[in-house]
Amino acid sequence: MQIKVRKPLIVAFCCNWCSYAGADLAGSNRLNYPADVKIIRVPCSCRVNPTFVLRAFQRGADGVIICGCHPGDCHYTSGNYYTRRRMTLLFSMLDYLGIERERTRVEWVSAAEGAKFAATMNEFAEQVAALGENRRLEDLRCKK
Amino acid sequence: MQRIGVFVCWCGSNIAATIDVQRVSDTLAHEPGVVFSANYQYMCSQAGQDLIKDAVRDHALTGIVICSCSPRMHEATFRKTAAAAGINSYMVEIANIREQCSWVHKDKMVGTEKAITLGRAAIAKVNLNAPLIPGETPVTKRALVIGGGIAGIQTALDIADAGFEVDIVEKKPTIGGKMAQLDKTFPTLDCAACILTPKMVDAAQNDKIRIFSYSEVTEVKGFVGNFNVKITKHARFVDETKCTGCGLCTEKCPQKGIPNEFNLNMDNRRAIYIPFAQAIPKIATIDPEHCNMLKSGKCGVCSKVCAAGAIDYTQRDEVIEESYGAIVAATGFNPISMDKFDEFAYSTSKDVVTSLEFERLMNAAGPTGGTLLRPSDGKHPHTIVFVQCVGSRCSADAEKGKEYCSKICCMYTAKHAMLTREKYPDTEVYVFYIDVRTPGKNFDEFYRRAVEEYGVHYIKGMVGKVMPQGDKLIVQASDLLDDRQLRIAADMVVLAAAMEPDKSARSLATMLTASMDTNDFFTEAHPKLRPVESPTAGIFLSGTCQGPKDIPETVAQASAAASKVIGLLCKERLVGNPCVANSNENMCTGCSLCERVCPYGAITYSDKEFKMPDRSLRIRRVASVNEAVCQGCGACTVACPSGAMDLKGFSVQQIMAEVDAICK
Repeated sequence: MQIKVRKPLIVAFCCNWCSYAGADLAGSNRLNYPADVKIIRVPCSCRVNPTFVLRAFQRGADGVIICGCHPGDCHYTSGNYYTRRRMTLLFSMLDYLGIERERTRVEWVSAAEGAKFAATMNEFAEQVAALGENRRLEDLRCKK
Repeated sequence: MQRIGVFVCWCGSNIAATIDVQRVSDTLAHEPGVVFSANYQYMCSQAGQDLIKDAVRDHALTGIVICSCSPRMHEATFRKTAAAAGINSYMVEIANIREQCSWVHKDKMVGTEKAITLGRAAIAKVNLNAPLIPGETPVTKRALVIGGGIAGIQTALDIADAGFEVDIVEKKPTIGGKMAQLDKTFPTLDCAACILTPKMVDAAQNDKIRIFSYSEVTEVKGFVGNFNVKITKHARFVDETKCTGCGLCTEKCPQKGIPNEFNLNMDNRRAIYIPFAQAIPKIATIDPEHCNMLKSGKCGVCSKVCAAGAIDYTQRDEVIEESYGAIVAATGFNPISMDKFDEFAYSTSKDVVTSLEFERLMNAAGPTGGTLLRPSDGKHPHTIVFVQCVGSRCSADAEKGKEYCSKICCMYTAKHAMLTREKYPDTEVYVFYIDVRTPGKNFDEFYRRAVEEYGVHYIKGMVGKVMPQGDKLIVQASDLLDDRQLRIAADMVVLAAAMEPDKSARSLATMLTASMDTNDFFTEAHPKLRPVESPTAGIFLSGTCQGPKDIPETVAQASAAASKVIGLLCKERLVGNPCVANSNENMCTGCSLCERVCPYGAITYSDKEFKMPDRSLRIRRVASVNEAVCQGCGACTVACPSGAMDLKGFSVQQIMAEVDAICK
């Protein structure tokens, strides 16, 4: 009998100016991180609508991470501050709904921090894997 | 429904070695909307691009998905291909299967699965793409250079040469930077002042160049082609238009004994001073911290002796507002502080100096008039020990120093050793090194001359400790090649301090929204292919603010930055980014939340007439976006409670579709 090991699914929203480039740097330096992490490119972390995060959990993601520029370094001067506030609120609401805090994260990764990108993804993926499958928000209608 | 073509690139073996490209293109061929799917060795090559063009023609494609390297690499290339093939260039999406798959996942199975998922997400997005047409903005044909060292001067001269106006902003009272403090330059040993000061004069006399010395950039607004900059001109309490630079005031001022920064505090200046004889502009500056007149109202000597009547104690900081099309950062470097390197007795002995201080001691215009004398007792040193890599190439967990190589220390130490031996053949010179790094034209020949012709003792090993003992400095070191411990009784110790970016660079980077690396050097747009551009459009990099480099490299980079600036300023209009916010007026409730979060003031409100279902007219307050000002961050789209605001190219539907495709 074949045992199917379910791999966690992590959606990473990455700012085009910092962490997306950081991911590219992790790539060109051949720094491994789990393939469970799938990156969606956004122009700024503040483009991430809370509904995107909810949608990801609804569709069966096990963790969502949003990566932006370090405070003070936003390409658009203030976008990451909005992200920080919005996500703080969203994450505490998700916590209330039963989505553990460990499944959500906002991280600042600059374009020069390829190593930090890989390390963050390794750590986050491990953390999410330890929690197991996310069933709380998963919409069964979405399952085919 | 779109007619999508999928093109999977092998990138030679970069992708194909760890991803089954055939399976990726076969699988993606069955995705909704896909009518054509292929893979090829190099999609970005001419043949690859022709493949795309042919497919667009043969299969009447309306959208393109390319599974290849990062969009930061070749998005622009493939957008051009699409335009050449006759479809809108924003109908292209790239699935990054190189940086995000083949290079980071070793398992072929896992990498292939992920590549397919990323391809699906890109296809889902393209299905919702709409053709976008970028707007155009005019270009302000003037440039700003921040920093007046050799990098800034060279950049400004080259830009002015092309016929554009340039302003140089320098925070010190004079331009010239670090190079003005140097004695000789390697590997030709020509004097720094002799090659720098003519350039400084050229800059001052060029009618296209304005120099704002003793000034700082305090605010930067706007975007490429249209920057609005506030420059604060600090009060120097001397009328620039009247001062002739005669220097009489600097001799008569009774406030003596103030450390002279230009000579690295090794001698003194007065409260009113001109940094050095060839300063540009040659205008006196009053140091308000030490001037008695400014502190207590008692003195006024300089005002009395000034024949030109240039002294003005009531002068205040002045803020100048200017607009520019391009900005060049040329903020330069400083040697790191020796505070954390107590083992070398820098703080306890005056005879332990940094290389830049040694440079002043050797300089004919320096505190000793070019005679090499010990700072402590003014005697000739007979034994000098040079220590290399002080603060460079430190391990990350050492909590002091820098991890990088400062690049120039090996060469200037060889120069110092050589010059010392040439001027004072009775002096024994020891150089302690980890490695001697001399890549560069005529560099290794120069170093070998120091060893072979000038008899400098090069010893591979680190200095452990320097202990002042009487009038000697006992240097304890290890000779790694001979495997023995050394004790040298030296008269002077010279530390090759690492270079670090100027402290002002950090706040400047924030103002310019230019990114920095972990060492606070400015990041270039691409480490190989775009080395003088910042990732932020319209911001360019010149000199050591981007990374350690010597004078020839700095000048080369300065000219390169200038050519990029000229390329930009030559354009009449700039093509903007069409991925901007867009307000759906039918859904807008006029709450003005979006207006409040917009960092550019791109959103305005106006009253508009709307036809109601009963054909009556109603006036409502709705938001509209100025597409020329919007930079497309998307902050407003999330703030909007009614969902009226959306971002073109990154719409809610598009990102949702990507999320869905990934989570399938």
